[in-house]
Amino acid sequence: MESSQADINREIAAAAQQPGGPQPKIDYPPYRSSLLRHPKQPAHLVDPESVELWAPVFGHRDVADDEADLTIQHAGTPLGERIVVTGRVLDGDGRPVADQLVEVWQANAAGRYRHQRDQHPAPHDPNFTGVGRMLTGPDGTYRFQTIKPGPYPWRNHVNAWRPAHIHFSIFGTDFTQRLVTQMYFPGDPLFPLDPIYQSITDPKARDLLIAQYDHDVTTPEWSTGYRWDIVLTGTHRTPLESDIEEDNA
Amino acid sequence: MSAVPGQTVGPFFHLGLAYDGMNELVPPGHPKAIRLHGHVYDGSGAPVPDAVLEIWQADPQGHIPRRPGSLRRDGWTFTGWGRAATGPDGHYQFATLEPGATDTGRPPFFAVTVFARGLLDRLFTRAYLPDDEAALATEPLLTAVDPARRPTLITTREPDGLIFDVHLQGPGETVFLTYPRLRDAWS
Repeated sequence: MESSQADINREIAAAAQQPGGPQPKIDYPPYRSSLLRHPKQPAHLVDPESVELWAPVFGHRDVADDEADLTIQHAGTPLGERIVVTGRVLDGDGRPVADQLVEVWQANAAGRYRHQRDQHPAPHDPNFTGVGRMLTGPDGTYRFQTIKPGPYPWRNHVNAWRPAHIHFSIFGTDFTQRLVTQMYFPGDPLFPLDPIYQSITDPKARDLLIAQYDHDVTTPEWSTGYRWDIVLTGTHRTPLESDIEEDNA
Repeated sequence: MSAVPGQTVGPFFHLGLAYDGMNELVPPGHPKAIRLHGHVYDGSGAPVPDAVLEIWQADPQGHIPRRPGSLRRDGWTFTGWGRAATGPDGHYQFATLEPGATDTGRPPFFAVTVFARGLLDRLFTRAYLPDDEAALATEPLLTAVDPARRPTLITTREPDGLIFDVHLQGPGETVFLTYPRLRDAWS
């Protein structure tokens, strides 16, 4: 029998009673797809070596400037609330992660992904793909313009809905800092009901995934603005200027 | 500073992460190209059709590449990094070069990251080349893990390249790794 939201809420409440760190619990039964897909053995601790002390290099050869604007990829203007999302990528010691790749993907304003496996009967937007790429600046700043995504239904349980979010893929200065996560919007009423968001059982850590509305990022007569800073784990190698031996021209 | 937690890559990652040539670190016709491939399995032994693997490696001389170009490959620059999604049968593949040893006497390996729908955070592991048995026998990581699980970290050679299967759970579960500053960020 399929679970109801009330069943999931009870499981979320039970899991919140177990001690958990600020990372998502990869063994998290309320997220049904996780049952057979999480390792049961503890991760083996190893000192990073060789390539693990370095991250791949991306540059302007890889990413065009206009890939950071998700609203200009088609002939027309996408429907929905135009927003700018910006922030800084920092390592665990507060140093900016400069010249590094940020990839984003998301649903459109109606909550529909441009993906063949998304069967949600909400409209596609012919003027919106929902994919962006950019490089961080010297101070770790990223910035992109997009449309605020809508919430969408999924089949984890009956009447399951994901809070609106943007997927982020981020690299650090060493291999061990690799992060894929999701950015959420403040005040979403679906937060308490969502097993993916609630898989992080520490409320303070969960909050780190929520962007803040920032009126200084909002521009008159054009778009609202959100700020979201992304702190990675610490690097195992002190970054030096000489790390960037390849030009990024 | 508090590190941002991870979240699953979700079911629609192809939209944002897939691009032409992502799994071809060298063109498949390159005279030294090898195929690094395998399957991703779940805890019931079923293939995982919506996983994505990334590899990061040294070049055949053991140099760690410091060159951009992984997203727009020019067919000449070896960047050392690639990404592959599994197909409906859970199979992934890369065309690449064999990594060389970055440290004398140590066995070369691919650093591997695994993401999937249903997997709430990314996983790290290593895929060692199988050939230098003496170096493998004294490799600190391999001697520290349960001998029964050691083979999950070592590729299998075949005529055209190397096989590396990933078991997310269950019998033969792959040894996944954490690192000091990753562990400490969460303690």
